[in-house]
Amino acid sequence: MRLPTGLVSRPMSILGTRVVRTEDPVFLTRGATYTDDLTDERLTGALHVTLVRSPLAHATINSIDVEEARNAPGVVAVFTGADCDIAPALLFPAANKKMLRPFLATDRVRYVGEAVAAVLTEEAYQGEDAADLVDVDYEPLDAVVDMKEALKDEVLLFPEAGTNSVTAMHLNKEEPGDDFFADCEVVVSREIVNQRVAAAPLETRAASAYWGEDGRCTIFCSTQNAQSARDEVAGWLGMDAKDLRLILPDVGGGFGAKIGADPEFALVAWLSKKVGRPVRWNESRSENMTGMVQGRAQLQTITIGGDRDGTVKAYRLDVVADAGAYPRLGVALPMFTRMMAPGTYDIPKVWSTAQVVATTTTSTAAYRGAGRPEATQAIERAMDLFADEIGMDPAELRKKNVVKPEQFPFTTKGGAEYDTGEYAKAIDLACEAANYEGLRAEQARRRERGDALQLGIGVSSYVEITGGGAFVENATVQVHADGTVTVLTGTSPHGQGHATAWAMLASEELGIPVEKITVKHGDTDLIPTGAGTMGSRSLQTGGVAVHNAAVELVELAKQRAADVLEASIDDLELDKATGSIVVKGAPGAKSVSLADLAGTEELKVFHEWDAKKPSFPFGAHVAVVEVDVESGKATVERIWALDDAGPILNPLIFDGQRHGGIAQGIAQAMLEEVVFDPEGQPLTATFADYGIPSAAELPSFDLVTMETPTTINSMGYKGVGEAGTIGSCPAVQNAVIDAVSHLGVRHIDMPLTPVRVWTAIKEAQEATR
Amino acid sequence: MIPVGFDYQRPESLDAALALLAEHGEDATVLAGGHSLLPVMKLRLAAPEIVIDIGRLAELNYIRVDGDEVAIGAGTRYRDIVISDVLAKECALLPAVTRTVGDPQVRHRGTLGGALAHGDPAGDLPAAILALEGTIVLRSPRGERKVPITEFYTGVFSSVKEPDELLVEIRVPRTGATGWAYEKFTRRSNDWAIVAVAVVTAPDGARRIGLVNMGSTPLRAKATEAALAEGKSIEEAAALAAEGTEPPADNAGTPEYRRHLVTVLTRRALQTAAG
Ligand SMILES: Cc1cc2nc3c(=O)[nH]c(=O)nc-3n(C[C@H](O)[C@H](O)[C@H](O)COP(=O)(O)OP(=O)(O)OC[C@H]3O[C@@H](n4cnc5c(N)ncnc54)[C@H](O)[C@@H]3O)c2cc1C
Repeated sequence: MRLPTGLVSRPMSILGTRVVRTEDPVFLTRGATYTDDLTDERLTGALHVTLVRSPLAHATINSIDVEEARNAPGVVAVFTGADCDIAPALLFPAANKKMLRPFLATDRVRYVGEAVAAVLTEEAYQGEDAADLVDVDYEPLDAVVDMKEALKDEVLLFPEAGTNSVTAMHLNKEEPGDDFFADCEVVVSREIVNQRVAAAPLETRAASAYWGEDGRCTIFCSTQNAQSARDEVAGWLGMDAKDLRLILPDVGGGFGAKIGADPEFALVAWLSKKVGRPVRWNESRSENMTGMVQGRAQLQTITIGGDRDGTVKAYRLDVVADAGAYPRLGVALPMFTRMMAPGTYDIPKVWSTAQVVATTTTSTAAYRGAGRPEATQAIERAMDLFADEIGMDPAELRKKNVVKPEQFPFTTKGGAEYDTGEYAKAIDLACEAANYEGLRAEQARRRERGDALQLGIGVSSYVEITGGGAFVENATVQVHADGTVTVLTGTSPHGQGHATAWAMLASEELGIPVEKITVKHGDTDLIPTGAGTMGSRSLQTGGVAVHNAAVELVELAKQRAADVLEASIDDLELDKATGSIVVKGAPGAKSVSLADLAGTEELKVFHEWDAKKPSFPFGAHVAVVEVDVESGKATVERIWALDDAGPILNPLIFDGQRHGGIAQGIAQAMLEEVVFDPEGQPLTATFADYGIPSAAELPSFDLVTMETPTTINSMGYKGVGEAGTIGSCPAVQNAVIDAVSHLGVRHIDMPLTPVRVWTAIKEAQEATR
Repeated sequence: MIPVGFDYQRPESLDAALALLAEHGEDATVLAGGHSLLPVMKLRLAAPEIVIDIGRLAELNYIRVDGDEVAIGAGTRYRDIVISDVLAKECALLPAVTRTVGDPQVRHRGTLGGALAHGDPAGDLPAAILALEGTIVLRSPRGERKVPITEFYTGVFSSVKEPDELLVEIRVPRTGATGWAYEKFTRRSNDWAIVAVAVVTAPDGARRIGLVNMGSTPLRAKATEAALAEGKSIEEAAALAAEGTEPPADNAGTPEYRRHLVTVLTRRALQTAAG
């Protein structure tokens, strides 16, 4: 494998060291300033927006009476869909053009929580009182929650569309032959559910808006990408994007659900203009649990075929994805699921299909992994099912079928071009760390004894796409006369630690300490372009842009210094110990600092980097669970995670991303599920009902390190933001099923709650009786 | 998540609280720890006109031995029950059960009286007091009455308590430091019980079993208790624990699952209690 040049290890480099996050002291002491905390003077006298939300999943609206609400204390204005002249919008381009989302519902509501009226009050509490007084006369319609039911097109969300089918973007041009699995000795097939989950960031959605006298609108809001959110809002409002400024205060988590703008942002701007006053909106947790986009929500049919010697020959994945009521980014995600369908394996025949369907539920979009975890879960379940069927060790089966190091770059049957990887080695290292053989021996002992507490061991091998959406990112690096540095980035951290990481990258090239470097992001006037933070893209796009900008800045400084020092540019270099340009090999000779150069003329470089391609981090996880076969309760005891995302810039941040990711993967496997009853009523709209784990539900994580650089950028960096989630979830699900497989259980859908595990054991035993 | 507007009163004495309650009747709601009341008010599922805060009444905050019983003031916080030396010695089941309620914040605010008055069938304390065959002391300006816990609950969240009555004291027998167990089965560590089983050995040596979340009120596992009294083994007796129960269905479990789970937990609790 060819190693990129940037990787030659450098003496005294800050890269690869555990620099403590510079953003943390504020977060840990006075606290962050989120959108709703803002005391910006431009928001003085702001009215509070309270949205009246539909209590029904599907209904026509006969009438809305706002008279009483208008006369309630503190109410300045009440608006309904009839007043709102923002044209209903198609929230995802490839969706059915008839599936338009109104900004306030007019004649019909399509999910519980859809906004039907906006109440503007002097104080927030007055809004809740007045919202109760808005009288909406609904005519209930049948809800459709089940994806298969929705596909029947019996209950239509958009009668004008004539179908609930959302898109044709995943249609295949051809069909596989009937003989797809003909050469396989063994074929296993089953339907599995990748359940709907909520991103549940600690900061809910929020936006505030005001209009300046210059006719420009400023929106403070919580999003993962200010620039694209600006463009979306401008599009919805029919404005020139130049007349709109988005400013991001601290953003308290996103996990994909804050990608882009929410329709509420446009509504808030429109309301502000309408009443001629600044307005602010911040939703409650229960509103967030129905209003914020949700993730996963795929029904999958997996079919895997091969020979008894463990050769996998053919794999087929058929996906039905739930778009929710108003199609959004969720429409596109099956594309990643299909592309990543074969996972780490070199399978000769791979086929996939996807359908996306609208239901009377909350819309879906990206959630940590966004389409790739669904692919991994499917193939990793398929591998275990196949291993069980032929009686082969699941780790062995995986190693036998993975893409081999000499095959890279490797173009898969899913259409992805894997850059670099050592998949078998990753499995070996993770298994070795876990003492896989020893665990299997302990498992055998417990099975033999018939213990109530059975041991389960789950293995996952994964590869994923990072930086897969937007390849281009920019950075500006400027040295100031006082020796400080400003870095502007088009990425948009909301927990990822870019203030530290980008400063490290700049510091490395400039020889200026991290403490003197300020990283700025998320203000569209300051940074007009940029693609934000999502899809684990930031380091390999925005980070590389910062690196490149800093390298260019040093070149620029040398050019300028050549005049000052009257030396040839080729004889000059940056002395990183002092941050000065010096003459090579002439200690004590004349030098000039970057700060002094900046004092004479602006020392600033804008760099746009086009990665052109995504990269493909990979890894292997081994999970160990205990299952109480009497009660069905499964407990994750240990997890060994090997996540290889290339060279590690800052192990503290790298491991932090893995910790959070692993926790979310375990959470999906064990606890979390957004549930609607058949009438479309959400049953998990509070944190009492929705199963977010705490530290008490999680084991401590054993991290195994491996660093295989990518070839797509000079630094070798891949992304790690979603890796932990993608690797841990299938390992844990496989482990729980493994714990009870000797009782005849072959599969249990997530989340693996006690009742589900117990029911699976009972059914398996009844079947063998 | 903002309650409907209400008037707030904080009487300085128990008598003043009783007088206020008598004056306002059903328009008033008593506020103790607030950890059941405030959530429902914030969700606007309850909208009392007047909230009478008894949370700071020292008169209701005590734990003391009184004859054959331990008397606990209704306003006693969970936290004080958990750390009580008197209870550790005289009725150790109670602190053990209380330790499993919610999280530290909840335990610093929530009160025993509030939990019993609220009467959530999924709550830990009602079933524990039922297993203990405790007594509820109710008071109003009309006087005081003692109601055995076995006669207190009439249905989901409902009891024989009249609107003008305050729960002032809970009395439990001195069952000692041993011979008890509490098996609480949850999804997450801080969650409410999917099912829980409290076992205690009564002063006469009989084992009494309280069940959480197995019906519309806390229940006793009567068939299991009877089987044990007849000398049946723990295994045999525990298998009967679901008799006479009507467990609910929700995301955490089907009635069938709960009926199974209660037998497992009852067996384990009885084994632990037997030492
Ligand atoms: C996050 C969270 C987790 C929880 N987890 C658990 C758990 O695991 N297990 C569990 O059992 N409970 C749990 N609870 C509920 C908790 O136990 C409550 O505190 C308790 O049920 C009520 O006690 P309180 O003092 O807070 O009562 P309040 O909320 O103040 O009052 C509850 C009701 O009782 C009435 N009331 C209160 N005191 C009296 C009195 N002296 N006389 C007459 N009426 C009175 C009130 O008017 C009100 O109707 C949890 C609560 C929260 C918020």
